[in-house]
Amino acid sequence: MSGIFRELRKNSVLFAMIVPTLVYFIVFAYIPMVGVYYAFTRFSYEGGLFGSEFVGFKNFEFLINSGVLWNITKNTILYNLAFILIGNVLQVTCAIFLSEVPGKWFKKTAQSAMFLPYFLSYVLVGAFVFNLFSSNGVINTILAQLDLPPYDFYLNTEPWKYIIVFFGIWKGLGIGVVIYLAAIMNISDEYHEAAKIDGANIFQRVKYITLPLLVPTFILLILLALGGILRGQFELFYQIVGNNGMLFESTDIIDTYVYRSLAVNFDIGMGTAAGLYQSFFGFILVVTVNYIIKKIRDDYSLF
Amino acid sequence: MKIKMERASVVFNTIGYILITFLAVLCLLPFLLILTGSFTAESEIIRDGFKIIPNEWSLEAYKAIFRSPEQIVKAYQVTIGLTLTGVVLGLFLTSMAGYVLSRKDFKYRNAISFFIYFTMLFSGGLIPWYILMVKYLGLKDSFLALLLPPLLSAFNVILMKNFMKSIPDSITESAKIDGAGDFAIYWKLILPLSTPGLATIGLFLALGYWNDWFLANLYINTQDKYPLQFLLYRTLASAAVLNTSAAANLSPDFRPPSETLKMAAAIIVTGPIVFLYPFVQRYFVKGLTLGAVKG
Repeated sequence: MSGIFRELRKNSVLFAMIVPTLVYFIVFAYIPMVGVYYAFTRFSYEGGLFGSEFVGFKNFEFLINSGVLWNITKNTILYNLAFILIGNVLQVTCAIFLSEVPGKWFKKTAQSAMFLPYFLSYVLVGAFVFNLFSSNGVINTILAQLDLPPYDFYLNTEPWKYIIVFFGIWKGLGIGVVIYLAAIMNISDEYHEAAKIDGANIFQRVKYITLPLLVPTFILLILLALGGILRGQFELFYQIVGNNGMLFESTDIIDTYVYRSLAVNFDIGMGTAAGLYQSFFGFILVVTVNYIIKKIRDDYSLF
Repeated sequence: MKIKMERASVVFNTIGYILITFLAVLCLLPFLLILTGSFTAESEIIRDGFKIIPNEWSLEAYKAIFRSPEQIVKAYQVTIGLTLTGVVLGLFLTSMAGYVLSRKDFKYRNAISFFIYFTMLFSGGLIPWYILMVKYLGLKDSFLALLLPPLLSAFNVILMKNFMKSIPDSITESAKIDGAGDFAIYWKLILPLSTPGLATIGLFLALGYWNDWFLANLYINTQDKYPLQFLLYRTLASAAVLNTSAAANLSPDFRPPSETLKMAAAIIVTGPIVFLYPFVQRYFVKGLTLGAVKG
């Protein structure tokens, strides 16, 4: 103990400089962790943290037995898999073409265009969806011009999966391209020059030089993303689907379920239980993924 | 030397140009649709619906907004105020913490780093956090509920720490020999050398504050306190309600916000981001590649 005090006196200014940040994380991150106790209670607002009735694992049992937990877990994982796999393949493809085609102006403009969605708020995604898919949206206007019957998107569940996946990939395309472009820039020009002299054409060079050298980055990014596969993109789903109950079976993810438990159904215990389940298994996943990365490439591990 | 390009290169470039152009247009298209939608005559939308290129152009929606702009002006004030305060305060706290954690002679730097990093791995979830904010901190309908949550993030602190690690230790050491205090070293020497890192994290913060609607949705009740994106969200959502049959019960002289008005509101709210975008993009690129390479 005396060591701490000696250290405190010696570096008192440094301690003072980091105390606000420590207090912040204690209040806004660590104290809410105590609140996972709500998952084991039937919550009452007056009772609060310690006055609510303790019910053990009842909330979890209900979530499992009602099938809700299975459905939101399945949706969260499947959507994230689609975002990760389609997204990464598209990002690698774009980055390779962007790095190889001639024309500086074209590349700059195209890259800026692809990066723009990252900067826009999800509310704007909601505005796009309204503009495109509402009863007098662009899609229905085009259908009418082609003399086809109108299509009511809000009565059909099928298209929304694809709309969500489209906008999810749309939002993240630019970032991914930037990261892969940086990885491509790290590949030494010498490989390409040598291959050119040996008569390799561009397809052969991409296949035998660029792609193999991108594999570590690709695997690393996929692994990192898989570590977060239980975390849903709440804003994306909520701005597209909202509280439209008809679509829940195919579009409800853990995050939207937790939000609705809080804001719509006022089922604090159930929502906290689903959130704790997400945090707990998410934690195990990240630690596992980190262990795997450490095995492959120690310098890329997270901790 | 290059008399004619290889055939393979021609094929490659053609595929490349077509694919990249297609995706780039797809990325811009929704935004362009909103833009043209906002300049369409309301009557045309009621008659035919939204089009990619309207037949009748109109400024009606913008005129309607600027006739009584109080609400948008108010929301702009809220968002700009929050963004400025949040960025300045957030950068100050993040860079101080980052500097302390980057000091090799600070004994507990690894323990504290992990203490902060751990919050990225595990969290109590939305609901315990919400109850803390509302019941125990009393932040319902308070600007603090919008200001505090994005202020510090473990990701930013770690990014800043890694950035400051790249500044040579000799600067701190020689200043100490000259008798400078720790805070003075941070304020006068380290901060000026950290401008690229500060710019990147400042932009992350600014984007977070500017685009936030979620916090307002959870915590804000008073209309005067709505930030921009939340105001837009409410404007869009009011239509969703009015489209249902329940709207028929409303009084007949109630005029729902028109379709084009929503699009114009979206443009007015997003405008500054798109306008500033070309200038700030490169800092983001730098920040992302900085963040991708773990230090």
